[in-house]
Amino acid sequence: MPVAIQCHDLRKTYDGKVEAVSGLNLEIETGECFGLLGPNGAGKTTTIEILEGLLEPTSGKVTILGHDWQTNARELREWLGISLQETRLSEKLTVRETIELFSSFYREPRSSDDVLADLQLNEKADAWVGKLSGGQRQRLAVATALVGNPKILFLDEPTTGLDPQSRRQLWDIIRTFQKAGGTVLLTTHYMDEAERLCDRLAIIDHGQLIAEGTPSDLIDRLGGHHVVEFSVTGNSDAAALDGWRALPGVDSVRHDDGLVCLNVREPHRTIPALLDAVHNQGSKLLHLNTRQASLEDVFVRLTGRHLRED
Amino acid sequence: MTVSQQTPPTEHHVIPTPPKRRNGRWSGFAHLLMARMKELKREPEVIFWVFIFPLLLALGLGIAFRNKPADVTSIAIVAGPGADKAMSLLEPRKSSIHAEVLDQSLALQGFRLGKYDLVVEPDANIGFRYHYDPARPESVLSRAEVDAALQAAAGRKDPLPTSAVTSTEPGSRYIDFLIPGLLGMNLMNSGMWGIGFALVDMRQRKLLKRFVATPMRRSDFLMALTSSRLVLMIIEVALLLGFGVLVFHMRVLGSILTILLLGAIGAVAFGGLGLLTASRAQKIESVSGLINLVMMPMWIFSGVFFSYERFPAIVHPLIRALPLTALNDALRATILQGASLASQSGRLLVLVLWGGISFVLALRWFRWT
Ligand SMILES: Nc1ncnc2c1ncn2[C@@H]1O[C@H](COP(=O)(O)OP(=O)(O)OP(=O)(O)O)[C@@H](O)[C@H]1O
Ligand SMILES: [Mg+2]
Repeated sequence: MPVAIQCHDLRKTYDGKVEAVSGLNLEIETGECFGLLGPNGAGKTTTIEILEGLLEPTSGKVTILGHDWQTNARELREWLGISLQETRLSEKLTVRETIELFSSFYREPRSSDDVLADLQLNEKADAWVGKLSGGQRQRLAVATALVGNPKILFLDEPTTGLDPQSRRQLWDIIRTFQKAGGTVLLTTHYMDEAERLCDRLAIIDHGQLIAEGTPSDLIDRLGGHHVVEFSVTGNSDAAALDGWRALPGVDSVRHDDGLVCLNVREPHRTIPALLDAVHNQGSKLLHLNTRQASLEDVFVRLTGRHLRED
Repeated sequence: MTVSQQTPPTEHHVIPTPPKRRNGRWSGFAHLLMARMKELKREPEVIFWVFIFPLLLALGLGIAFRNKPADVTSIAIVAGPGADKAMSLLEPRKSSIHAEVLDQSLALQGFRLGKYDLVVEPDANIGFRYHYDPARPESVLSRAEVDAALQAAAGRKDPLPTSAVTSTEPGSRYIDFLIPGLLGMNLMNSGMWGIGFALVDMRQRKLLKRFVATPMRRSDFLMALTSSRLVLMIIEVALLLGFGVLVFHMRVLGSILTILLLGAIGAVAFGGLGLLTASRAQKIESVSGLINLVMMPMWIFSGVFFSYERFPAIVHPLIRALPLTALNDALRATILQGASLASQSGRLLVLVLWGGISFVLALRWFRWT
């Protein structure tokens, strides 16, 4: 597979002090849906805008479809479809007028009617942008990115603030684009979105890559695929944590929000042992829950923090 | 179920073969211009400030300062011997001189308050003494008029027979002075706001950044913005001049083409200035302040509402170097006196320099993101 997006040792320092991106290497293949995942301020927008040629990196090299921004900007613009984290399109234009405006910039755009239909904006075609709901605005933003018939789609937090149904609609649109051969780079801080939509992920924090791979890879790397969360009466200090780690089948242990979290490989071996241990201690079990490990657990494991602090 | 009832399964997302549609070189420009015009049309505030407000100003000021027949002058005559004589001597001129007999103190007090233009005091030897204020034009006029009336009534014969023809010519009235000034001011306002403010607003909304993320030519974008100003300029000129002609019977001596050319040069020059004020600002609040700061001196000095000849002669060259002064002077010369463009090369040069230098600097500093 040829490489669609590549960057090497990317760095960006704002005003000589804030280091938003520090030494990032990425390689995204054609036809892939690649996700940049990270908490607020991780440097996702900075990274994606450098790749989009909208921001100068402090240092580092960017190659898009084999070209770079210094020599081939005009061609590259024809091939990319971009939706920024926040753009307020003109409120007094209709949806159709907005799409036609953006399509007029490209040499060979898609027909506006097709794009309207694909994004389910038909009914709203003649409504002013100012009268759209948040979800409709997001879809319109993606429509303006798709109308140029791009090879690569860049989406910066396309689903933030949307209800679950609107998010799924957008996921469908992105998958359709990908099925037709397009490459997608998106940023998100929704774990479930990354897990379902992306072929590969890069988790970044403080401008640095802390893990990269397919969603299942990343979860595999945790060791245990299952998480057992519980709380008991009595002490919960570090010594107690060591006690839990000694239980059979436990990969790792941590405290999370008043609960003890165990990453386990075989819950059917761990849970009976856990119950016995609690009983022998003479304490009581207040809460017990088991679930599949998720990217959230990966993130917490890697950084000691949650992805979304809300 | 028969075969004919079965609908074949519809493939939903069959990859569409995109209908090939090719955009020409000017498609982006045309759409940008169209979008801008539509936006302006749908913005009631723009319609009001650009089109209605100047007409209201012209109407209000035109009525307030319309040329009235010379006022009746009010004078006080100090009571005492001789007052009755003065009253009877002035009787034939009742229509233009309104006289009252009062005590000296009351008369002088009324004079100080501006109620009377003149106080006439009969003196000991059958003559009169005038109290008047040489710094008040109406007081000076009143004294001359009353004196002439008294002397004539007392039997003075003029040695030279004279007669007068009165006329109130369109072209020399306040409204004739005002309308070209309002036109210039309007071109400045809408150039600065229509370009400067609009650009910063788009920058703040990240729309400029979104545009440069497409293959849009940046020059097309700026040209479209300028062209939208030119279209509006034509409407502004037509409305204000049409209003002057229809409502105030103003006479336009210059050719429409010359006036439009001047309007275009003015609109583009102020567009350049607007672009410069907008080149860096990230917030509409900061650009609003900047625009007002740039325009304020010109509202005062550039002879919109009154002639800048009233300022000391020493600052006239500075005032004439302001772009709005150049535009107003050129518009007045063309509209009121029919002057050609060639005869105003100095003023045109001022406009072109302001516009050109601003534009070059603006392009150097301009931030799209
Ligand atoms: N124009 C700027 N000037 C100075 N600092 C900036 C600028 N833009 C971003 N930063 C800083 O750089 C860091 C990374 O910001 P960035 O917008 O890339 O984060 P992000 O991952 O997109 O966050 P979010 O999820 O909130 O969108 C932050 O600390 C931010 O404060
Ligand atoms: Mg961001």
